[in-house]
Amino acid sequence: MMVSRGAEAAKSPTRPADQEITVPIASDLDIVTARQWGRTLAVRLGYSPTEATLIATAISELARNIVLYAKRGEIWLSVQNGSGRPGVVVVARDDGPGIADVPQAIAGGHSTSGGLGLGLSGVRRLMDEFEIISEPRKGTTVTIKRWKR
Amino acid sequence: MKVSILKQRDYLIASIQAALTDEDLKHLRDALVTQVGEYRSRGVIIDVTALDVMDSFAVRTLRDLAHMTRLRGAETVIVGIQPEVAFAMTQLGVRLEGVTAALDLEGGLAHLDHQTKPSARRAISNPGRRA
Repeated sequence: MMVSRGAEAAKSPTRPADQEITVPIASDLDIVTARQWGRTLAVRLGYSPTEATLIATAISELARNIVLYAKRGEIWLSVQNGSGRPGVVVVARDDGPGIADVPQAIAGGHSTSGGLGLGLSGVRRLMDEFEIISEPRKGTTVTIKRWKR
Repeated sequence: MKVSILKQRDYLIASIQAALTDEDLKHLRDALVTQVGEYRSRGVIIDVTALDVMDSFAVRTLRDLAHMTRLRGAETVIVGIQPEVAFAMTQLGVRLEGVTAALDLEGGLAHLDHQTKPSARRAISNPGRRA
């Protein structure tokens, strides 16, 4: 099953290095591409299927926020070393409208309610580290990390 | 083909074969809501075994689909949610809320049989009563 899933990642984004992938995000198809690259990277680093799924799900949420609120942006995937264990770092960047009230977006963005909430609180629960920088009219950058268990 | 929909008895069975985009999911929702009427289906099974991610959009769309088919007289059962997907959904905080899930196709069919044919079951188990 893992093999067939990997094979679905057909579209090849730019890959400056083996452990660094940039996926441009502008459509719902790019959301799928980004999360499949996230899974591929996690599996390559030896993450468990469950951890890889958590990372792929978080990427999916962030990529969709880009499409919904900023129209376009990018997802940058990389690997970081944190005291002897690797971590997957996901940076979701856009030049969109930004978030006026960041604390409220994190606290109140219930993903259960569907599309209206940003789902940031959910993304935060999927990962070990979560950081957001947003400025109205300038854009949003969300950085999330998950260390290998 | 990313999703195959086949008709079996009173049911429609939608098997997802590959990762779905948001548009694919909306298309699946609309197709099933229409076909429930065309085939006068009493139940719908959606096999999501092949989905390796069910994020908030996927869950919301499947939930909407289930509610919409219910309004058209058909029960929907989601089958085949993988263990790691169930874990991620729970961590993310998305809920299927009021939508039935079953382990696999067999479980889904058993549930629909139970839901949609109570009179038939009574007739079989109690043939004398109906005379």
